[in-house]
Amino acid sequence: MKQKLLLTFPAEATGHTITYELITKYQLEVNILRASIDFNAQGFLLIEVIGDISSRKEALDFLLENNVEVREINAAILINEEKCINCGACTAACTVGALYMDNNWCLSFDNEKCLDCKTCVVACPKRAIEAVL
Amino acid sequence: MVTKTYAQINEKIKNGVAVVVTAEEVLDIIEEKGIEGATEYVDVVTTATFGPMCSSGAFLNLGHSDPAIRMEKVKLNNVNAYAGLAAVDAYIGATQESDDRGYEYGGAHVICDLIDGKQVHLQATGKGTDCYPRKSIDTYITKDSINEAYIYNPRNCYQNYNAAINTSSKRLFTYMGILNPNSSVVTYSTSGQLSPLLNDPLYRTIGIGTRIFIGGGVGYVAWKGTQFKSGVERDEKDLPQVPAGTLALVGDLKQMSTKYIQPAVFERYGTSMFVGIGIPIPILDENIMRHVAVKDEDIFTNVVDYSVFEGPKPVLARVSYKDLRSGEIEVQGKRVRTAPLSSLHKAREIAGELKAWIEKGEFFIQEPVDQFQTDCTLNGLKIVKKEG
Repeated sequence: MKQKLLLTFPAEATGHTITYELITKYQLEVNILRASIDFNAQGFLLIEVIGDISSRKEALDFLLENNVEVREINAAILINEEKCINCGACTAACTVGALYMDNNWCLSFDNEKCLDCKTCVVACPKRAIEAVL
Repeated sequence: MVTKTYAQINEKIKNGVAVVVTAEEVLDIIEEKGIEGATEYVDVVTTATFGPMCSSGAFLNLGHSDPAIRMEKVKLNNVNAYAGLAAVDAYIGATQESDDRGYEYGGAHVICDLIDGKQVHLQATGKGTDCYPRKSIDTYITKDSINEAYIYNPRNCYQNYNAAINTSSKRLFTYMGILNPNSSVVTYSTSGQLSPLLNDPLYRTIGIGTRIFIGGGVGYVAWKGTQFKSGVERDEKDLPQVPAGTLALVGDLKQMSTKYIQPAVFERYGTSMFVGIGIPIPILDENIMRHVAVKDEDIFTNVVDYSVFEGPKPVLARVSYKDLRSGEIEVQGKRVRTAPLSSLHKAREIAGELKAWIEKGEFFIQEPVDQFQTDCTLNGLKIVKKEG
């Protein structure tokens, strides 16, 4: 099973080879989507992991033991349905077709296709799309 | 030949027996009954649009303070309003950007805050005169604390606007949305077969004085819209082949709802405003029914290259609105995605709302007091030397 996880590292954990251990010790396939570290030596890592349930659970315990905060990310963007007027301007910016108009000309979002490029966030004339990260 | 008068149709509306349908619903009726039968059966067809229209704004009369001021500079929530008018009259334009938040908050936001009943910060200055001694004022207004407040839209309801593409290698930020490079998307802004002036291509019932739905309230067609260019090539259905007519609209801001009028922000372009418009078309005869029979597949527009900045923008393809709505068109041998900018979903809601008003006998059809000409041309702006 594939899962997107946002790992937030406290300063004391940033020096450890955590990703290396996720791959070697827990046999997870890890795809790093985004990574950053700030001036306080705190960082985050957005990864996509593939692995069986038991190794993912063990890996999660390992991360928590190292004070890494773990959050599952279901979608890279949040659409405010109160604000959205279904104009479709965001679908122009979305090159992969994750945002599209349905048969009733209402906006739809296919999370699987989203590459988290955030162009839709600025393309929305209603400012109704928020980036999760 | 079936004919009806405005008076006969309004009598039916008054008695609650008028048959009112939207410009989409009428298509099935024509299919079933034919033009003649449909003309006899249907009394009014409602059209609508909900697109971003920069040429929007509102006239406000702010009321006189004690002592009075002749306002020469007016700011509303830090957005400049034009005050080169009488003492406390001002015009707030939709695209004017705020001093502090730029285009993320502009005139359109001020207008919608007023509609929502919010307090708006008014700061004004004047030089002071014998009759208006005050030189500055700092206070808060609401739509109920001021006098007249009406939207005046110098241009709306563009008849057959272009679709946009970008053949360059750079992403473009435009009023037609974000145009990704290398011809990867075509954007278009229309409600197509539901659009007012595409259902009345020769302006027979839409003219000066036509009563309309605007922003959730009642308004009127005030004049021909700016850049009105009716003298263009038309097909056998009288549809213009290029952008043609436009409408200048007026409506009471105090009746409006932000369900039907909303601010818009176009990245690296500026503030704009979505203005919801609904216009009824009385079915006076079979010719009018033939015009409202228009379908997306009948309406053709040009796909224009927005990456060309000098000279006329090249037309790369000619496509129907049905093609644009299909999600993909062919431009110079390449399949290109299409994306709308105007909300068809909202336009349908407005056409339905106006239909309900007429069915309930709350809205009557106003015959235009004057009609638009069909031979108007458009001037460009030349850079010339002063004469003499």
